Amino acid sequence: MNATATDTHEQHDSHAPGLSDATAIKIALILAAMTALEVSTYYVDFGAFFMPVLMVLMVVKFFTVVSYFMHLKFEHQMFKLLFYTGLGLALFVYFVALATFKFFS
Amino acid sequence: MAIIERPAPTASILLRAPVTPSQSMGIVRRPVTSTGWKSWVFTVDHKKIGIMYGVFAMFFFIVGGVEALLIRLQLATPDGKILSADLYNQMFTMHATTMIFLFAMPMAAAFANYFLPLQLGARDVAFPRLNALGLWLLVAGGLILNASWFLGGAADGGWFMYSPNSGPVFSPSNGVDFWTLGVQIAGFGSLIGSINLIVTILNMRAPGMTLMKMPVFCWMILVVQFLLVFSLPVITVALVLLTFQRSFGATFFDVAQGADPLLWQHLFWIFGHPEVYVLILPAFGIISEVLPTFSRKPLFGYPFVVFSGASIGLVGFGVWSHHMFATGLGPISVAAFSIATMAIAIPTGVKIFNWTLTMWGGKIWYSTAMKFAIGLIVLFTIGGLSGVTHAVAPSDTQQTDTYYIVAHFHYVLFGGMVFGLFSGFYYWWPKVFGKMLNEKLGGWNFWLMVIGMNMTFGPMHILGLQGQPRRMYVWTEARAGEGLFNFGFWNRVSSLGSLILAIGVLLFLINVVHTTRKGKPAPLDPWDARTLEWITTSPPKEHNFDRIPVVHHLDDFFHRKYQEDATTGTMVQIATGEQLVRDEEANADAHIHLPSPSYWPIAIAIGVGTLGMGVVYGVPIMIVGVLIILGSSFGFVLEPSVADDIDYDPPMSGGQETKELAPLG
Amino acid sequence: MDDVAVLANHDTGHDTGHGHSTSTGLSNNKMAMWLFLGSECLLFGGLISTYMLYRGRITQGPRPSQIFDIPFTSVSSFVLLMSSLTMVLAVTSAQRKDNERTKLWLTITALLGATFVGGQVYEFTAFYNEGLGFTTNLFSSSFYTLTGFHGVHVTIGVIMLLSLRGVISANKDTGDRAEVVELIGLYWHFVDIVWIIIFTLVYLIPA
Repeated sequence: MNATATDTHEQHDSHAPGLSDATAIKIALILAAMTALEVSTYYVDFGAFFMPVLMVLMVVKFFTVVSYFMHLKFEHQMFKLLFYTGLGLALFVYFVALATFKFFS
Repeated sequence: MAIIERPAPTASILLRAPVTPSQSMGIVRRPVTSTGWKSWVFTVDHKKIGIMYGVFAMFFFIVGGVEALLIRLQLATPDGKILSADLYNQMFTMHATTMIFLFAMPMAAAFANYFLPLQLGARDVAFPRLNALGLWLLVAGGLILNASWFLGGAADGGWFMYSPNSGPVFSPSNGVDFWTLGVQIAGFGSLIGSINLIVTILNMRAPGMTLMKMPVFCWMILVVQFLLVFSLPVITVALVLLTFQRSFGATFFDVAQGADPLLWQHLFWIFGHPEVYVLILPAFGIISEVLPTFSRKPLFGYPFVVFSGASIGLVGFGVWSHHMFATGLGPISVAAFSIATMAIAIPTGVKIFNWTLTMWGGKIWYSTAMKFAIGLIVLFTIGGLSGVTHAVAPSDTQQTDTYYIVAHFHYVLFGGMVFGLFSGFYYWWPKVFGKMLNEKLGGWNFWLMVIGMNMTFGPMHILGLQGQPRRMYVWTEARAGEGLFNFGFWNRVSSLGSLILAIGVLLFLINVVHTTRKGKPAPLDPWDARTLEWITTSPPKEHNFDRIPVVHHLDDFFHRKYQEDATTGTMVQIATGEQLVRDEEANADAHIHLPSPSYWPIAIAIGVGTLGMGVVYGVPIMIVGVLIILGSSFGFVLEPSVADDIDYDPPMSGGQETKELAPLG
Repeated sequence: MDDVAVLANHDTGHDTGHGHSTSTGLSNNKMAMWLFLGSECLLFGGLISTYMLYRGRITQGPRPSQIFDIPFTSVSSFVLLMSSLTMVLAVTSAQRKDNERTKLWLTITALLGATFVGGQVYEFTAFYNEGLGFTTNLFSSSFYTLTGFHGVHVTIGVIMLLSLRGVISANKDTGDRAEVVELIGLYWHFVDIVWIIIFTLVYLIPA
């Protein structure tokens, strides 16, 4: 009986220890700070930095929640593949579609 | 000689799962009947579900075929009077919608549901109740879609339902609403099914079966499910926008308010293009099993066939605007999509080479299944070549919206997909039903379909180049063009061809009826096949395998029957299929767990259907639908994993339970 | 609650720690959830793209700048963000088999989620009273559809959280409790990250 003859991958414990409470709270505070910074763009004139700052903050918050709160950073490759393929395809098709509408020009 | 096997009560003891049911919160016991209609309606057995998908699909193949015949009858003569313009619009819309959503996808689901677990060496799919839910959602969607015929007229905007034609101004009847809801609900079923099958393929393979030892059919189904899981949400958005426009007054496709009709087209085709690969890849998978079996040779270039299938899936998401070359996208978009579309021909070409080289040097057995498989290679290649001419944007601008396009997609869909499915019917019928389809009738079936198909769709290339547009409900002698070989001539040929094609299909149905009544019983392994689904009885026992096989090779079944003789270097038979199955029975697993049937999948589907009808007929009905869905979902989630012992029929005796297979047919 | 996938009793593949084994060693349910979330990216991507395309097409009725209340929505966003934190705490409590804590954090998460939805309802009512109905213009149709879909997802999440809390209270769940909490957590966080995108693109970036 070849219990190891299936896909090569390291033995994965799907109950990999989650974030410690302290870490979770720290990350939440960082996210809150980033949100505050985002909101501040409504009140403060960032000039040419307005869009870049907002975009960067949005993306960083997104991936922070995905990687840490959803624990994807510490999960098996397969889950990353499944989710990021969906995300990647979404970004690709919708960017291209919007581009044909001259949305970015 | 054991012919049609009923599960022997002695070999294995069917037990409930370790979880004790009385501790869960279900308020309704799980159904347990194993015979009669209840055993079908509440089943979670992938084989029964597969058969139901197949029956559903076959029924709608005939419905869609009749719709096509009416179209061809209308166009068989000048000034046709069979269909009015309005009815003609409904007919081609429903023909396409029926064929795609109610025949092709369900038939592929039938094959996938039935054979995936068997080819993987598993006893069922990962989520058996969700599997049932997918089926019943399809049924709900199909009913709603076709209810339109009786409730004010069917949808009439083409299966691609372009806006603003699809809006309330130009399509005032409820037809488009039924279409939107029917497709949406059927789509939910497919989405659930796709998640189920991906998890099944990734997680439930027999020990030793690495992904590169998995049958090609399973690989193609895997790619199809990924296409579905990522493309269905896009059409969900499109359908939601259309529903909100038609039923709640939103302005999404209202040009006066600034809407852009192209938004619909993008959303539709981002789904619609992957969808055509969803349609063809299962057929590719089927013939990838059939060709090696009847060539007595392994598939040539297995890794190439697998990787080309995966590439088709991936690149398939990047070509959708080739359906929109004439919409004014601009040269950059057109060029980019044109190149991508040409690129996707490459992996398909790789497959054609591999299939042909599989046959080269083999000892070909021209069974009906094999004939259909070879037919696919030839006819799909023809369809693919016209497809390549479409990829070249300048020539497509000439061809788009003409019958040339109709010719292209019918060659790939009928000559490709349908022929592949028929190959699968003849190949796997003995395994599913325990009887062989008649080969003589099969020969007639095949040749009439080949002749009929080419006679129907071949002339459409010419008609398209002569300028006949799509969706044209009538033609006249005055405008049919000069000379003998004009519109009129080719339309007549095409319509005649469709009658021959219909007779060909009819022969298949006659074959089925004849086989059911008087068919030869099938041996376990009539074709000396190569994959695991044949190490079972015909039909398989409810639990599929007495012992889960351990896999050492690609085409493991073949390698259990044949080994290379050390001295001569040739393959020598060391066992027959029957012997191997006896072996498995003798070493059956002691405990086999099977999931119990459930009321909730069909209940949820009824709720979803009700919600859909409510969108057309009023909020109170929507609320009822939502309540049914909520209640049934709670029932689904909270019900016991398996039924209580005492609920089984027949009652337990001497500590052993037996479960009789429900009589098939 | 687990639909026990059917496998023979002898040891095959890798043990996920759930009493049955799979070819990859990964849990069926978890794989299904990640797949589902991957597909949801395409759903919300489509709704967001529709909004982005149509946001400026206003033939009549109020414009975003006239109607949005950024301070209010910022507070709502913060509430939803914090609910992600409490969800993580619920998951870790469940993994530690601390039922009381699990129920507590599930309840708080549900309350925060309900607060968010309540805030949305209040916001939409205010918009409606200021002249922005569903059918007023393209911006409004797209806006309400996008945020409405998100709100329905949050509501379903709240129902799942409270139901789970009830099931744990009654101690009638079968199968892996910690995993169920984790999976509902994944769904909940996803709903949060969609809002992260919506808040920035819809509210903070002027049309």
